[in-house]
Amino acid sequence: MENSVLIKLENLVKEYPIGNTKIKALDDVDLTFVKGEFTGVVGPSGSGKTTMLNIIGSLDSPTTGSASVLGKKVEKLSHKQSAALRNKHLGFIFQTYNLLPVYTVFENVEFPLLLLGISAQERRNMVMRTLEWVHLADRAKSKPNQLSGGQSQRVAIARAIVKKPEIVLADEPTANLDAENSHNILKIMENLNRELGTTFLFSTHDEKVIQYLRRKITLMDGKVFKDEIINHKG
Amino acid sequence: MVIPKLAFRNIWGAGLRTWLNVVALSFSFVAIIFLQGLYNGMNNQMEKATADAQYGGGQYWQSSYDPYDPLTLNEAHGVIPDDLLKLVDDKKAVPILIRQATIYPNGRFQNVLLKGIPPEQVVLSVPSLFLKTDEETIPALIGNRMAKSTGLKEGDYITVRWRDTNGTFDANEVKIVKVMKTNVPEIDNAQLWIPLDKMRIMTEMPNEATMIVLEKDSQFNKSIANWEYKDLDFLMRDLKALFLTKSIGGSIFYLVLLFLAMLAIFDTQILSIFRRKKEMGTLMALGMTRSKLIQLFTLEGAIHAVLAAVVAALYGIPLLTWVATNGYGLPEATDSYGFALGNRIFPSYTAGLVVGTTLLVLIVTTIVSFLPTRKIAKLKPTDALRGKLT
Repeated sequence: MENSVLIKLENLVKEYPIGNTKIKALDDVDLTFVKGEFTGVVGPSGSGKTTMLNIIGSLDSPTTGSASVLGKKVEKLSHKQSAALRNKHLGFIFQTYNLLPVYTVFENVEFPLLLLGISAQERRNMVMRTLEWVHLADRAKSKPNQLSGGQSQRVAIARAIVKKPEIVLADEPTANLDAENSHNILKIMENLNRELGTTFLFSTHDEKVIQYLRRKITLMDGKVFKDEIINHKG
Repeated sequence: MVIPKLAFRNIWGAGLRTWLNVVALSFSFVAIIFLQGLYNGMNNQMEKATADAQYGGGQYWQSSYDPYDPLTLNEAHGVIPDDLLKLVDDKKAVPILIRQATIYPNGRFQNVLLKGIPPEQVVLSVPSLFLKTDEETIPALIGNRMAKSTGLKEGDYITVRWRDTNGTFDANEVKIVKVMKTNVPEIDNAQLWIPLDKMRIMTEMPNEATMIVLEKDSQFNKSIANWEYKDLDFLMRDLKALFLTKSIGGSIFYLVLLFLAMLAIFDTQILSIFRRKKEMGTLMALGMTRSKLIQLFTLEGAIHAVLAAVVAALYGIPLLTWVATNGYGLPEATDSYGFALGNRIFPSYTAGLVVGTTLLVLIVTTIVSFLPTRKIAKLKPTDALRGKLT
């Protein structure tokens, strides 16, 4: 069981200086995530959801405590090692999609593969296969400004999963989407989780997302308030 | 090869923004090359016009002659030695006799240099053939500046007073047979050209001259007693000093234009980094290192310069070639500047100028593109994703 642990947070504390005082965004968080989880971190704004995801994604480092991702201590990684971890093993999905505006859909999805140095032919196959998963193969040549919000988020999902990372971190992925698009997105992510075994970790306060989760962690003022396994009917 | 690929993608994808920058930068390329070409052309023209009309391919000066000391003119004459006389007979050199004189235009008096030149000479571009007349009166040739300053015109008679070889004053009337249009003020201002044979009679200096002007590209430089050989480098030294002064001015222009171009690139890069910080955060989240980001943004700036060079070549080559062929018209006032400038300047673009300017702009653009990107080195991914610059 210990072998399948992907993320381990121990006594994690993150403080931000605000003027002369310090605000604790995370306060002594202890959590473990195993392979194949479909987990949501919920809580009100300012509860520390995004900060936790940023630390797991090695975009930020803890003030004290430890965050171990795929056996690597995030706080001890250099900038280059952090970039390598993100490049090879992590996928990110953002609330505002963060697509590269001058690239086409194909080029956006292809981007992580370019950084990995994958050959052109293989890149093409991987991108097209991923776009088919998110039902956007026919929009490969479109630019982000020609897409709807739902389509843009599907491109962001494709970009996050195209390299088949072990972990996908999604920060409020449905916050800008209507109900129908939110459900579509979540179904796609759920399928990917089942078919590829990718671990999904969301930060959200969207009820639509919560009903898909298999584990729900509630944060309050930077502390873990509740950590529950959800058993869906059927 | 990922960074160049991405840089090209970004530049191509930026569309109109890229092309506006590129076109603006290309103006700098063309303007720098045009201005420097204009300076080169001006220098070449001045050098050629001065050599053609005044210095020929070098000169022999009678040993007493000093062009900067008019008092030496009394003694600065001598019989032409045989070696030089042979060149004169072969029309490979032209003798010029110079004396001080006074003219009295419109009731005033003015000191002039009286210069005797053989009317049939072909060494200098002075239109001396106009001096070949059968009339008894002494024909004289003046330049357009001299005509303007004295109010003389073709057909006018003017009294001239001079001293002969013994120092005795004499005077006579000369007739202005031609007002020559010349670019070279040194053969024009305060000068009266008359036929050499007549001047020798007037001054009682048979077979004498003050200087012998050799034909262009002459290799003759034999040492001759009482005559000093002056090569073109010596004769042109004042002009070269003038070029140097002008080239300092030209360099300032060059630097100002370069500075403006670099300001545009620097500004574009700063704006780009400011506008694209969220994009930078995304690229970092996707696994791009800061050093690669710096490389990407620097390369994007440098590619702007490469594209600008291509665009500049597209419209610059035909435009600059046309100007080089048809010349650049100068206003009338430049005639009084004291330089041997024509009505039009024909710019001269050397390969060194074009390649040097292109390389310099490329190198400086790359450096200037790099400077603002150093900000990225301090950028926190989380701040960048929030659209904040740290």
